[in-house]
Amino acid sequence: MLNKDTQREFQVLGKPTPKKDAPQKAAGRAEYADDISMPGMLHGKLLRSPHPHARIVSIDVSRAMALPGVRAVITGRDFPGVRYGNLPQTRDYLPLAIDTVRYLGEEVAAVAAVDEDTAEEAIELIHVEYEVLAATFDPEEAMKPGAPQLHGQSPGNISAHTESHFGDVEAAFAQADYVREDFFETQPVKQGMLEPHACVGLWDSFGKATLWSCKMSPYAVWRQLAMGLDIKPGDIRVVQTYVGGGFSGGKQEAMPMDFCALLLAKKTGRPVKFVHTMEEVLIIGHMRHPMKIWLKTGTTRDGRILAQHVKLLANGGAYSSIGGFSIFLAGAMINLPYRVPNMKFEADRVYTNNGFCGALRGHTVVQMCFARDSQLEMIAAELRLDPLEIRRRNAIQDGDVTPNGFRVNTFAFDECITRVAEMSDWSNKKGKLPKYRGIGFGCGAHLSGARLMGHSASTAEMRMLEDGTVHLTTGSTDVGQGVETVMSMIAAEVLGVGVDDVHYLKVDSAATPLDPGTFGSRVTLFTGNAVKQAAEEIARQLAEVAAARMGVAAEDLEFRKHEIINRKDEKQRVSLKEIVRWGMFQQGRIFSGRGSYGYSEEKIDFRTGHGNLSPAYNPTACAVEVEVDPETGQVTVVGLWGADDSGTPLNPMAVKGQVIGAAVMSIGHALYENLIRIDGKVMNPSFRDYKMPLATDMPLLANFKHSNVITWEPEGPFGAKEAGQGAGTGVIAAIANAVFDATGVRLNRLPLTPERILFGIKRLQEQNGEA
Amino acid sequence: MSTLVAVTLQINGVRHDIEIQPWRTLLEVLRETLGMTGTKRSCGEGQCGTCTVLIDGQAVNSCMYLAIEAQGKAIATIEGPPEGDAALQQIQRSFVAKGAVQCGFCTPGMVVATQALLSHNPDPCEDEIREALVGHLCRCTGYVQIVEAIQDAASQLANKGGE
Repeated sequence: MLNKDTQREFQVLGKPTPKKDAPQKAAGRAEYADDISMPGMLHGKLLRSPHPHARIVSIDVSRAMALPGVRAVITGRDFPGVRYGNLPQTRDYLPLAIDTVRYLGEEVAAVAAVDEDTAEEAIELIHVEYEVLAATFDPEEAMKPGAPQLHGQSPGNISAHTESHFGDVEAAFAQADYVREDFFETQPVKQGMLEPHACVGLWDSFGKATLWSCKMSPYAVWRQLAMGLDIKPGDIRVVQTYVGGGFSGGKQEAMPMDFCALLLAKKTGRPVKFVHTMEEVLIIGHMRHPMKIWLKTGTTRDGRILAQHVKLLANGGAYSSIGGFSIFLAGAMINLPYRVPNMKFEADRVYTNNGFCGALRGHTVVQMCFARDSQLEMIAAELRLDPLEIRRRNAIQDGDVTPNGFRVNTFAFDECITRVAEMSDWSNKKGKLPKYRGIGFGCGAHLSGARLMGHSASTAEMRMLEDGTVHLTTGSTDVGQGVETVMSMIAAEVLGVGVDDVHYLKVDSAATPLDPGTFGSRVTLFTGNAVKQAAEEIARQLAEVAAARMGVAAEDLEFRKHEIINRKDEKQRVSLKEIVRWGMFQQGRIFSGRGSYGYSEEKIDFRTGHGNLSPAYNPTACAVEVEVDPETGQVTVVGLWGADDSGTPLNPMAVKGQVIGAAVMSIGHALYENLIRIDGKVMNPSFRDYKMPLATDMPLLANFKHSNVITWEPEGPFGAKEAGQGAGTGVIAAIANAVFDATGVRLNRLPLTPERILFGIKRLQEQNGEA
Repeated sequence: MSTLVAVTLQINGVRHDIEIQPWRTLLEVLRETLGMTGTKRSCGEGQCGTCTVLIDGQAVNSCMYLAIEAQGKAIATIEGPPEGDAALQQIQRSFVAKGAVQCGFCTPGMVVATQALLSHNPDPCEDEIREALVGHLCRCTGYVQIVEAIQDAASQLANKGGE
């Protein structure tokens, strides 16, 4: 009765369900970190380095301290000097720089004052004497002998290196009918969330530190705060506020403002709030890695991929962040969504004196898919193959095991391609559109959470209240993607209650289960499975009580619409609330459940790259139609049609929001987003100059469609897989391919700016003697 | 140091007599002086639209508007009047029902902008809706569900008007 694994008729799931917190947010009543105000609260500001690389000779804070209204000033020496970071081998952050600053914008000192204006004024009164050091900005330059060295322990400025080799690429290239090499280059792109990083720190008289902050992964922050402050994790509490957009980055890990809020709170005995300005958000680290990608592919005459060899150089910036995993993932994902029987991957992430890079929606899969699906289109053209057919011929199928050990359960890639072709009217458009109008195809894939070497398991705890509603806690944060809704739906499905009968609590390290956090599209699958288990445990407890009271077998009972029903005789039914109360009041029972998923012994060998990185994998395909203005080079996206295999969408309304949101982010990445840096200085640190897609940049609704190919993923809770990142992975190549179709200009460098397109058109006209 | 001036603001139909520094923006006064944090602070330079409020029915970026300039004008914020506002509530319901809210940080500004749009143009076409949102960034939704929500709100309000 309780095993609903094979059930596909849902009572709650599968129906478009409005986000539970949407009424609060739409009314302006959701409290974000910057909305918090506490009695006696002070305001903090950070002093940032004006140099990309310098030694700190001395810091004089006396004038700042003397300013009326200033309560405390701290520098790096006020911290214990313990470095922190994401991975044990890459701990290279300090809460504030001590001896050396490595990028322009790095945090050097912090002030707490009675208001923001005073704090800002005080910052300007801090005098830092720097000895300016030679700096390096380009990864190739940084790797050369004699280049300025950023970190003593990383000779040659190699922040991380990864390589993997499966099969025999040399032999495969020798056998190939067709081999080509191309070089691609991508740009730094920012998360672009609208809520700037913000936090409030408090250090109470018992020595316990509390941080309220908009964190996606509060437990990662919790650990890092303990490292950098050198105190016991148990003495720190991290409380998640509403998160006003994340997309990874600074909301994923502890930032200097978080450490400073706590230490300044300790020094002053008052709560201290920090809020970044948007200029600070855009100047500091956390962005998508700019990459140089050399890609060599060998195929048969009929377009079957025999081998791929990738060399990747990532400009990591001044610190590691999650960068070691970033380049590992780029290599691993060469194995999807196409069969690549022989592959070799060599990647370096290089330290430079720029803001540092890490994860951003789609992580490094986005750059790799741009390169590969652009090249695949060129291969198809050379071999005179249909661009869709070459993709079908190489498509991963259900049940495949990739050379690097991915065990692919469900993967409806063929069907995604078919649907996109139908929705976009591909066959009537490809090569048939008027001049300067074109259509392009692009594909990609993603994983539903990664099994990392450290803590990978998600857990859930649930307890039933006497009114038949439940409290549900997990360590997974809602960052807008709809976690609080889909987790509530899963619990409601199992217990036969309504979505609003499940109270989903925000993460609070003092109360919710330990969890790696929200990243890598892991939550629906990992945490969803844990929630399902927890709900099933409560259902078992309730069924036991109900069975005894009703005189029926527990396994015959079903939970539907707030009732417990004997499936063999549906007239026998009792209200859920009655059983809950009976059990609690008459038998002293506690109805509570716990669940866990992802503790698997299965781990990845990060040295060889072998292992089943995720429980589930999902393909995506899309077609984009563009119009190019031949006078200005301006690209208008006039149509976008995508299809994904996200398994069984548990909340179709949220899935739609995720896939469209991911696709649109990639439009910005393809066409205009670019953090421009000259000698380490960000030249466009405002939304005026850092351009993100606007409503007017979208195709009209009639030409912007998405389709879910529904599969039943055995590893997913109720058949579900990821939806938030995969859909963005194929879009950039599709746009590049569409621009080529429209103009004949092939651009391997992002973004596809009007200038580059115009120069390309001009070059073609000259070649053709038209100009 | 600071020179305080007495200011009277009419916000959501309620009179507020306050003393502020004359250089304070309306956004600062709403959030910090009056504790009305529904209006969000993001870019601080009129690019993102999260701080949008209505002044005499026109949508403005409150981060770019001095509070003293708003004296004698009707200021409306996402919090709405105490007695409720039917159009505002319908727009909020449509945003919820159509999945137009994800992280929610742009939502108050989007909702207020929709109020301004529909009060001037009760039956906007898709292009007019997109144009009305051009000063508003949303990084989550890709705008599709926001446009659909505004279409829904327009049609719901039109139906009610016709009853």
